[in-house]
Amino acid sequence: MSVEVKFFAGLREQLQRDVYLLEAGAAATVAEAWRISTDGQPTPGNLLCAVNMEYVDFDHPLKDGDEVAFFPPVTGG
Amino acid sequence: MHVELRDRPFEPYAELQAYETANIPAGKFGATGVFVGTMRDFNEGDAVQTMWLEHYPGMTEKYLQTISIQAAQDRPLLDSLIIHRIGHIEPADPIVLVAVWSAHRSAAFDAVRFLMEELKSKAPFWKKETLTGGDRWVEKNTPG
Repeated sequence: MSVEVKFFAGLREQLQRDVYLLEAGAAATVAEAWRISTDGQPTPGNLLCAVNMEYVDFDHPLKDGDEVAFFPPVTGG
Repeated sequence: MHVELRDRPFEPYAELQAYETANIPAGKFGATGVFVGTMRDFNEGDAVQTMWLEHYPGMTEKYLQTISIQAAQDRPLLDSLIIHRIGHIEPADPIVLVAVWSAHRSAAFDAVRFLMEELKSKAPFWKKETLTGGDRWVEKNTPG
Protein backbone atom coordinates (compact mmCIF):
# COMPACT_ATOMS: atom_id res chain seq x y z
CA MET A 1 0.00 0.00 0.00
CA SER A 2 0.99 3.62 -0.33
CA VAL A 3 -0.42 7.12 -0.14
CA GLU A 4 -1.57 8.67 -3.40
CA VAL A 5 -1.21 12.44 -3.75
CA LYS A 6 -3.28 14.21 -6.42
CA PHE A 7 -2.98 17.76 -7.77
CA PHE A 8 -5.69 19.68 -9.59
CA ALA A 9 -6.22 22.63 -11.91
CA GLY A 10 -3.67 25.46 -11.95
CA LEU A 11 -1.63 23.79 -9.23
CA ARG A 12 -1.23 20.64 -11.34
CA GLU A 13 -0.04 22.72 -14.29
CA GLN A 14 2.29 24.81 -12.18
CA LEU A 15 3.90 21.76 -10.58
CA GLN A 16 3.67 19.73 -13.80
CA ARG A 17 2.53 16.82 -11.69
CA ASP A 18 -0.88 15.20 -11.40
CA VAL A 19 -0.25 12.16 -9.20
CA TYR A 20 2.57 11.29 -6.83
CA LEU A 21 2.86 8.00 -4.95
CA LEU A 22 4.30 8.15 -1.45
CA GLU A 23 5.64 4.99 0.10
CA ALA A 24 3.76 3.79 3.16
CA GLY A 25 4.94 5.66 6.25
CA ALA A 26 6.89 8.27 4.28
CA ALA A 27 4.62 11.13 5.38
CA ALA A 28 2.94 11.34 8.79
CA THR A 29 0.86 14.41 7.94
CA VAL A 30 -0.62 16.25 4.97
CA ALA A 31 2.10 18.90 5.36
CA GLU A 32 4.79 16.26 4.99
CA ALA A 33 3.03 14.80 1.98
CA TRP A 34 3.13 18.27 0.39
CA ARG A 35 6.83 18.70 1.12
CA ILE A 36 7.81 15.32 -0.30
CA SER A 37 5.49 15.25 -3.30
CA THR A 38 6.44 18.77 -4.45
CA ASP A 39 10.18 18.53 -3.71
CA GLY A 40 9.79 21.21 -1.06
CA GLN A 41 7.91 23.85 -3.06
CA PRO A 42 6.58 26.74 -0.94
CA THR A 43 2.99 26.28 0.19
CA PRO A 44 0.57 28.62 -1.62
CA GLY A 45 -1.33 30.77 0.88
CA ASN A 46 -4.69 29.74 -0.52
CA LEU A 47 -3.92 26.02 -0.83
CA LEU A 48 -6.78 23.61 -0.10
CA CYS A 49 -6.28 19.99 0.88
CA ALA A 50 -8.41 16.90 1.23
CA VAL A 51 -7.84 13.39 2.55
CA ASN A 52 -10.08 10.64 1.21
CA MET A 53 -12.21 13.33 -0.45
CA GLU A 54 -12.92 15.31 2.75
CA TYR A 55 -11.47 18.74 3.48
CA VAL A 56 -8.76 18.61 6.16
CA ASP A 57 -6.21 20.92 7.76
CA PHE A 58 -2.55 20.85 6.78
CA ASP A 59 -1.56 19.03 10.00
CA HIS A 60 -4.02 16.19 9.43
CA PRO A 61 -2.38 12.78 10.09
CA LEU A 62 -2.02 10.25 7.29
CA LYS A 63 -2.33 6.48 7.25
CA ASP A 64 -1.46 3.87 4.68
CA GLY A 65 -3.92 3.82 1.77
CA ASP A 66 -5.04 7.43 2.15
CA GLU A 67 -5.71 9.59 -0.89
CA VAL A 68 -4.43 13.14 -0.47
CA ALA A 69 -5.42 16.00 -2.79
CA PHE A 70 -4.03 19.51 -3.13
CA PHE A 71 -5.82 22.19 -5.09
CA PRO A 72 -6.35 25.95 -5.49
CA PRO A 73 -9.52 27.85 -4.48
CA VAL A 74 -12.57 26.38 -6.19
CA THR A 75 -14.44 28.25 -8.92
CA GLY A 76 -17.55 26.24 -9.80
CA GLY A 77 -21.17 27.30 -10.14
CA MET B 1 -32.37 14.21 -3.54
CA HIS B 2 -30.35 13.97 -6.70
CA VAL B 3 -26.87 15.18 -7.70
CA GLU B 4 -25.47 14.81 -11.19
CA LEU B 5 -22.51 16.00 -13.25
CA ARG B 6 -22.97 16.40 -17.00
CA ASP B 7 -20.30 16.61 -19.69
CA ARG B 8 -22.81 17.78 -22.33
CA PRO B 9 -25.12 20.82 -22.51
CA PHE B 10 -28.40 20.43 -20.63
CA GLU B 11 -31.69 22.31 -20.52
CA PRO B 12 -32.31 23.26 -16.87
CA TYR B 13 -36.02 24.02 -17.14
CA ALA B 14 -36.79 20.74 -18.89
CA GLU B 15 -34.73 18.90 -16.24
CA LEU B 16 -36.59 20.73 -13.48
CA GLN B 17 -39.99 19.85 -14.91
CA ALA B 18 -39.06 16.21 -15.53
CA TYR B 19 -37.64 15.74 -12.03
CA GLU B 20 -40.62 17.41 -10.41
CA THR B 21 -43.12 15.30 -12.32
CA ALA B 22 -41.28 12.07 -11.54
CA ASN B 23 -40.33 12.68 -7.92
CA ILE B 24 -42.31 15.34 -6.07
CA PRO B 25 -45.84 14.39 -4.96
CA ALA B 26 -48.37 16.75 -6.54
CA GLY B 27 -50.23 18.77 -3.95
CA LYS B 28 -47.57 18.38 -1.26
CA PHE B 29 -45.27 21.25 -2.22
CA GLY B 30 -46.11 24.92 -2.25
CA ALA B 31 -42.71 26.36 -3.12
CA THR B 32 -40.07 25.55 -5.70
CA GLY B 33 -36.78 27.42 -5.36
CA VAL B 34 -34.57 27.51 -8.45
CA PHE B 35 -31.16 28.88 -9.33
CA VAL B 36 -29.66 28.59 -12.80
CA GLY B 37 -26.08 29.68 -13.41
CA THR B 38 -25.12 30.43 -17.01
CA MET B 39 -21.77 31.08 -18.67
CA ARG B 40 -21.05 34.73 -19.48
CA ASP B 41 -18.98 35.84 -22.47
CA PHE B 42 -17.05 38.33 -20.30
CA ASN B 43 -15.06 38.18 -17.08
CA GLU B 44 -12.90 40.80 -15.37
CA GLY B 45 -13.10 43.06 -18.39
CA ASP B 46 -12.08 40.43 -20.95
CA ALA B 47 -14.08 38.66 -23.63
CA VAL B 48 -14.28 34.93 -22.87
CA GLN B 49 -14.61 32.57 -25.84
CA THR B 50 -14.98 29.18 -24.17
CA MET B 51 -14.42 27.58 -20.81
CA TRP B 52 -13.16 24.26 -19.43
CA LEU B 53 -14.59 23.05 -16.15
CA GLU B 54 -12.36 20.62 -14.26
CA HIS B 55 -13.52 18.68 -11.19
CA TYR B 56 -12.28 16.11 -8.71
CA PRO B 57 -14.06 12.88 -9.68
CA GLY B 58 -15.56 11.35 -6.57
CA MET B 59 -15.05 14.28 -4.21
CA THR B 60 -17.17 16.71 -6.23
CA GLU B 61 -20.19 14.39 -6.25
CA LYS B 62 -19.64 13.53 -2.58
CA TYR B 63 -19.49 17.20 -1.60
CA LEU B 64 -22.68 18.05 -3.48
CA GLN B 65 -24.44 15.12 -1.80
CA THR B 66 -23.19 16.24 1.60
CA ILE B 67 -24.56 19.78 1.21
CA SER B 68 -27.84 18.43 -0.16
CA ILE B 69 -28.23 16.31 2.98
CA GLN B 70 -27.25 19.28 5.14
CA ALA B 71 -29.79 21.53 3.42
CA ALA B 72 -32.58 19.05 4.16
CA GLN B 73 -31.49 18.50 7.77
CA ASP B 74 -31.57 22.18 8.62
CA ARG B 75 -34.90 23.10 7.04
CA PRO B 76 -38.12 21.36 5.96
CA LEU B 77 -37.34 20.40 2.35
CA LEU B 78 -39.24 17.79 0.39
CA ASP B 79 -36.49 17.25 -2.16
CA SER B 80 -33.55 18.84 -4.00
CA LEU B 81 -31.86 18.57 -7.37
CA ILE B 82 -28.36 19.70 -8.40
CA ILE B 83 -27.06 19.34 -11.95
CA HIS B 84 -23.62 20.80 -12.74
CA ARG B 85 -21.67 20.89 -15.99
CA ILE B 86 -18.10 19.70 -16.42
CA GLY B 87 -15.85 19.79 -19.48
CA HIS B 88 -16.07 22.16 -22.45
CA ILE B 89 -18.60 25.00 -22.04
CA GLU B 90 -19.69 27.74 -24.45
CA PRO B 91 -21.08 31.19 -23.57
CA ALA B 92 -24.82 31.06 -22.79
CA ASP B 93 -24.60 27.38 -21.79
CA PRO B 94 -26.19 26.67 -18.41
CA ILE B 95 -23.53 25.61 -15.90
CA VAL B 96 -25.55 24.76 -12.83
CA LEU B 97 -29.13 24.06 -11.80
CA VAL B 98 -30.09 24.01 -8.14
CA ALA B 99 -33.74 23.33 -7.37
CA VAL B 100 -35.52 22.63 -4.09
CA TRP B 101 -39.09 21.85 -3.13
CA SER B 102 -40.79 22.66 0.17
CA ALA B 103 -44.22 23.37 1.59
CA HIS B 104 -43.51 27.06 2.15
CA ARG B 105 -41.30 29.70 0.53
CA SER B 106 -38.95 30.41 3.42
CA ALA B 107 -37.22 27.03 3.32
CA ALA B 108 -37.05 27.10 -0.48
CA PHE B 109 -35.40 30.55 -0.72
CA ASP B 110 -33.05 29.75 2.12
CA ALA B 111 -32.01 26.32 0.84
CA VAL B 112 -31.19 27.57 -2.66
CA ARG B 113 -28.99 30.29 -1.20
CA PHE B 114 -27.30 27.83 1.15
CA LEU B 115 -26.64 25.27 -1.60
CA MET B 116 -25.26 27.83 -4.05
CA GLU B 117 -22.98 29.49 -1.51
CA GLU B 118 -21.60 26.13 -0.34
CA LEU B 119 -21.17 24.98 -3.93
CA LYS B 120 -19.39 28.18 -5.00
CA SER B 121 -17.04 28.25 -2.03
CA LYS B 122 -16.23 24.57 -1.44
CA ALA B 123 -17.31 22.19 -4.23
CA PRO B 124 -14.13 21.13 -6.10
CA PHE B 125 -14.65 22.63 -9.56
CA TRP B 126 -12.16 24.83 -11.40
CA LYS B 127 -12.81 27.05 -14.41
CA LYS B 128 -10.26 27.66 -17.11
CA GLU B 129 -11.19 30.42 -19.56
CA THR B 130 -10.08 30.72 -23.16
CA LEU B 131 -9.55 34.37 -24.13
CA THR B 132 -8.38 35.77 -27.45
CA GLY B 133 -4.86 35.95 -26.04
CA GLY B 134 -4.72 32.47 -24.46
CA ASP B 135 -6.01 30.50 -21.48
CA ARG B 136 -6.23 31.42 -17.79
CA TRP B 137 -7.52 29.75 -14.64
CA VAL B 138 -10.20 31.69 -12.78
CA GLU B 139 -8.54 32.44 -9.45
CA LYS B 140 -11.57 32.81 -7.21
CA ASN B 141 -15.33 33.17 -7.25
CA THR B 142 -16.94 36.53 -6.58
CA PRO B 143 -18.60 36.85 -3.15
CA GLY B 144 -22.30 35.94 -3.14
